[in-house]
Amino acid sequence: MATELGPTPVKQPASGGTDLHHAPKGVGEDNRILSQGKWASWLLAPTIIALGIVIVYPIISAIVMSFQKDAGLDPVTGLFTEGGPAGIQNYVNWLGQQCAAQGGGTVACPPGTLGGQFWTATGTTFLFTVVTVAFETVLGFWMAMIMARTFKGRGLVRAAVLVPWAIPTAVTAQLWLFMFDFNGIINKLFNVSILWTGSEWPAKWAVIIADTWKTTPFMALLILAGLQMIPAEVYEAAKVDGATAWQRFRLITLPLVKPALMVAILFRTLDALRMFDLPYILTGGANNTTTLSILVINQIRQGFNSAAALSTITFIIIFLVAFIFVRFLGANVVEQSGASGKGKK
Amino acid sequence: MTTATAGADLRARQDKGRQAAQNREKWAQVRTYISAAVILVWCLAPAYWMVVTAFREVGFTYDTTPWPTHVTMDNFITAFDTSFGNKFGQALLNSIFIGVTVTVISLVIGVFAAYALARLNFRFKYLVLGFILGASMFPGVALITPLFQLFTNIGWMGTYQALIIPNISFVLPLTVYTLTSFFREMPWELEESARVDGCTQGQAFRRVIMPLAAPAIFTTAILAFISSWNEFLIASQLSNEATKPVTVAIASFAGAQPNQIPYTAIMAAGTIVTIPLVILVLVFQRKIVAGLTAGAVK
Repeated sequence: MATELGPTPVKQPASGGTDLHHAPKGVGEDNRILSQGKWASWLLAPTIIALGIVIVYPIISAIVMSFQKDAGLDPVTGLFTEGGPAGIQNYVNWLGQQCAAQGGGTVACPPGTLGGQFWTATGTTFLFTVVTVAFETVLGFWMAMIMARTFKGRGLVRAAVLVPWAIPTAVTAQLWLFMFDFNGIINKLFNVSILWTGSEWPAKWAVIIADTWKTTPFMALLILAGLQMIPAEVYEAAKVDGATAWQRFRLITLPLVKPALMVAILFRTLDALRMFDLPYILTGGANNTTTLSILVINQIRQGFNSAAALSTITFIIIFLVAFIFVRFLGANVVEQSGASGKGKK
Repeated sequence: MTTATAGADLRARQDKGRQAAQNREKWAQVRTYISAAVILVWCLAPAYWMVVTAFREVGFTYDTTPWPTHVTMDNFITAFDTSFGNKFGQALLNSIFIGVTVTVISLVIGVFAAYALARLNFRFKYLVLGFILGASMFPGVALITPLFQLFTNIGWMGTYQALIIPNISFVLPLTVYTLTSFFREMPWELEESARVDGCTQGQAFRRVIMPLAAPAIFTTAILAFISSWNEFLIASQLSNEATKPVTVAIASFAGAQPNQIPYTAIMAAGTIVTIPLVILVLVFQRKIVAGLTAGAVK
């Protein structure tokens, strides 16, 4: 009797309690989602409005501008000409490297003018992006693997990698310019006499090396964060099963760190595609180190509308690269930074 | 007797095995330390060279002695010298003013958005998150042309607001998504517990949530300030002599001789600009790394 009564009174209020607790909560949740939506829109409004003013408005206005002719002196008559609708002429000019010609038509831009640099600047931008991101990924991965180990002084190493990241790019550029000086430490150290900023490939390598130095830490820290999400037991189990170090790396580390790695590569790629400070200060864009961003900046003072067309092209290129990453390479940024409980790809 | 020798044999073999394992372990440790040393040198050597050069006499600019020689403070005085047209002191103040303003505005606006994204359920949440992340990856050049024209037309060229407003375009998204991931990790149950224990909503917020959120907000503020402090592209186009920030000032540092780059003074200026950041970053290292990587994993 006692045993039968015992559980029943205990069980009854408990189940009743949960029922009571659950029913209103369920109802309340419905209300809350509605009111949460309202709350959320109030809370998000300032950010959305601010970003609308500082990003969306300039984009739209750049697109509008890019379909306008630049006002200026007519190269033929020497008279001031008004702007006006240009259709897609600005885009055609950039992509076809055409410049306004005498008699109203267009001709291929003479070498040295900004209009004739579009494809070389695009090539340079992609070269810098591919090479620096490749270096940073390999170096960053290696650094992350080291920093993930336990050893004395690990904190020191982790702090040290933040130093290049914390130095402003403008300072980094001047610092490397100094080190790449003909009389500088790098030539002395490697016992070479290279005029680093004087010709095409040394100048390109100077930019690549300086950028790799500056941005590898960011990559390494992102990959390290990904590595630390892998539970140690997985490695232990693989070790017990007799997996070699290489197998553990290839079959455990790589696939499990892939989501974080893809996001890191995506971030760095988009950042490298808009590279400006470093080549602008280090080489001034000379010797074919002009990136798309530098070309836009050089164009601004020669005509807003044409510059707007070029910046829109740059924006589209970056957007396409981001799209390819997210769509085909599985860099799921939103989900990565989104709900933590959600499954990862 | 046979068992005794067999036992000794086994023990000897075990010892050998253990020793081999220990040796392997030791080697792995040695390799780790060598790698760590390589990382340290790679990351710190250029920064070290900047500081060493900053303290070197102008006449020994290209001296390559690896330790400090011909030590002097003159370069720091030269860095602030305005007689060659450099306004480094003014530029420092400009950078601090712009950085603080941008950080405060972004935090005040962003903290609400981050709370909503971390705590509330609503439709289009991922769309908003995607938009904000996309905004932070946005190329500065795509904004500069229309802003250049707009600010020229309304006479804002070279004003502080012309430098602050574009900075918000990349500092605000950074603020929002860093704060969002911090907020998501916070123990919000404590707020409800405080309510159960008799706190009012305001008290629960002030006494429980604020102290918990303060480190997250502080870290985000550091990250926001650093990214504004390091901005160069927009400032190089929209600022003038009086309002230009340090990055622009350092990029165009003039010396006594027009054809000679005053490297020692530039390195001194670079050291001044960098040291506070490096100290800040090292002191809050753990938090900063958490904030930096917040968007990418979890």
